[in-house]
Amino acid sequence: MSETTITRAHLSEAVYQEVGLSRNESAELLESVLNEISEALADGETVKLSSFGSFSVRQKGQRIGRNPKTGEQVPILPRRVLVFRPSHVLKLRINQNRHPGDTD
Amino acid sequence: MTKSELIARIAAANPHLYHRDVERIVTTIFDEITTALARGDRVELRGFGAFSVKERDARLGRNPRTGEAVNVSAKYVPFFKTGKELREKLNTDG
Repeated sequence: MSETTITRAHLSEAVYQEVGLSRNESAELLESVLNEISEALADGETVKLSSFGSFSVRQKGQRIGRNPKTGEQVPILPRRVLVFRPSHVLKLRINQNRHPGDTD
Repeated sequence: MTKSELIARIAAANPHLYHRDVERIVTTIFDEITTALARGDRVELRGFGAFSVKERDARLGRNPRTGEAVNVSAKYVPFFKTGKELREKLNTDG
């Protein structure tokens, strides 16, 4: 599989092509979108983006972990983790043109 | 927060932009990520996180209602790994 990595540069270029803003402003707007989502999540909000998916924050309790190298027991402190649930539409799109096992 | 609330927040912070342009910006970003994933590409947004596609093998599933065995074919699933900065942000602001 020929895998490319898409970065901020590609996304802001797409925004630039789509809307009549400067490249600079397109990049800034991409950044504000990511920031708004991050802020909402940090506030404990769930972010639901229709036809893409939802991001939610889950509280994890303390548990005992183990350092895999030394075997030593270490407590893993309670923490908040982000969970992404892809929408049905996104799952369909990802399986629309390619199938596992096909040779590219 | 829904997509329309996200659009409203960005629009409020950018009063010089038309609401419909902000809508196009947000839509373009997520369409672009979706298209990339549909191609099998990875989308890496440093500090925020990375979207990728993982392969799931075919398996024998079960209809939870009837208990009937059903073949579930191999498929791709989207996956998101939270970026370091965002992960830290979730555990400092709260």
